[in-house]
Amino acid sequence: MSLRRRFADREDLLGIAMLAPALGYVLLLVGVPFVLAIVLSFSTATAGSLSFGWAGFANYAAILTDPIFRRALANTVIVTIGSQLLVVVLATAAAQVFRAAFHGKRAARFVLLLPWAVPVSLAAIAWTWIFDSTFSVINWTLKVAGLLHGWLYWLGEPRLALVAITIVQAWRIFPFATVIVLAGLASLPQDVMEAAIVDGAGFWRRLFYVELPLLLPVVAVAVLFGVVYTATDLGVVYILTGGGPANTTHVLPTLAFQRGIQGADLGQGAAIAVFLLPFLIVVAIAMLRLARHTEVGST
Amino acid sequence: MKRVALYAAALGFMAFAGFPFYWMLITAFKQNRDLYVGAFDTRHVPWIFNDPPTLEHVRLLFGQTDFLRWIANTLIVVVAVVVITVAVAVPAGYSLARLTGRWGERLGMGIFFTYLIPPTLLFIPFARLVALLGLQNSLGALILIYPTITIPFCTWLVMGFLRSVPWDIEEQAMIDGYSRLAVIVKVVPRLIIPGILTVVVFSFTLVLQEFVYALTFISSVDRMTVSLGVPIALVRGDVYHWGALMAAALFTSIPLAIVYNLFIDRFIQGFTLGAVKG
Repeated sequence: MSLRRRFADREDLLGIAMLAPALGYVLLLVGVPFVLAIVLSFSTATAGSLSFGWAGFANYAAILTDPIFRRALANTVIVTIGSQLLVVVLATAAAQVFRAAFHGKRAARFVLLLPWAVPVSLAAIAWTWIFDSTFSVINWTLKVAGLLHGWLYWLGEPRLALVAITIVQAWRIFPFATVIVLAGLASLPQDVMEAAIVDGAGFWRRLFYVELPLLLPVVAVAVLFGVVYTATDLGVVYILTGGGPANTTHVLPTLAFQRGIQGADLGQGAAIAVFLLPFLIVVAIAMLRLARHTEVGST
Repeated sequence: MKRVALYAAALGFMAFAGFPFYWMLITAFKQNRDLYVGAFDTRHVPWIFNDPPTLEHVRLLFGQTDFLRWIANTLIVVVAVVVITVAVAVPAGYSLARLTGRWGERLGMGIFFTYLIPPTLLFIPFARLVALLGLQNSLGALILIYPTITIPFCTWLVMGFLRSVPWDIEEQAMIDGYSRLAVIVKVVPRLIIPGILTVVVFSFTLVLQEFVYALTFISSVDRMTVSLGVPIALVRGDVYHWGALMAAALFTSIPLAIVYNLFIDRFIQGFTLGAVKG
């Protein structure tokens, strides 16, 4: 047997050879930049030059005393929690509807999935037009319905703008969460559901005491992805408000972009972006626990 | 009664999800004098065409903007990223599912987790890397960086897909005298065509949707991709050409949504991480 022949039958060597390009790509272009993201946050690096000076905690000290940064951090938390609460309610309700058979379900599903398929920047520009200060169709409709007497400057007033941002994030993510919950519903053990029906449990009792507890891991997966997509999203806020008016609606990604890329202060931008890490770490730990939990449960 | 409630609820969700797309549609084909009537005027109904529809905005979009150029740029990036992703992620997914034994699963999970590291954390170090490589304002930067998003997820997808492919066929080929390598080269590709197709579609949709890296690295209008050019470059100063903008958003979204619908179930299998046992 030739050496070549032996290589062709060595599973471990073949395995490593086929895995190497992917591992290399991920290590070089995700792992290294990830470390660099943290290193840069301790540096005086700027976009203009390639020089690199040690700054210690100066960038962190600067942003932690900066009211705009604190506001951005608070906004990120508010928008993330607010939109995900909406997503959970909308997605569990929508899943109850879309599990049933009805006429035109395919078309309905197509429309339901539109917000998830459309590029976020294009969705955001459409919502910018919908929330326009002069031409907002929402204002027109509320006025005609007699619900609005003054005028709503959706993107011009900090509080309203945060509401608008939260709505858009929930709108963008709830279809994805719905499909995940639907997949969960389809995999529920049928005998448990049938037992509940035989025992005389009505729709609401079944929903709250049997289905939702069983669905919890699946809903959690949907929310965890939702948290990552919302907390780390740049497009919606960048296009809807650009962080304005007067830097009141920034979230961490838009502020990091403004300082780090537009303002060329890579060090400070990196320090702002590092505050996304707690969100990601919480999500990663929760996911690992869920994965282990379901593994134990299924074997 | 229960049916009525069901249909009403379904319509409600459709209205919420679809409303911005209806608004794109109606804006894209409205005449300006029908479009730019302040919402203060309660007698003018903005939900319908009060004047006959027009193709004026569509002509503006295709004739006087770089829209077609952006589509071409996007396609260049898509093709390159799809080729890189398939070449790298498919063998890796196969290796993790079939060759690396027990630690393959764990390593696969590790690779998947890198998908959670967001562009908004990495765009600042990448700004430095791109400058070092001299790739500023070039599609090359996007072609180099987009696979960092597609490879982790697609490796995971292929790995999951192979779980549903029975091992017998490969085993039989080896009994017939094929080496392990020959099985991989000659037998496996046929088996995993649906998995590869999913990878292609997922990479395609991801490239079309990406905004952060494009915004960071591309500054010339003629090098932009669709998802960057439309919201950034169709706005001239403070003038928003809403008709053309919404036409562009609509023409980009609908084909993407159709493709997405066909493959959504496979994507979801990837996302649910085995929390859902089929």
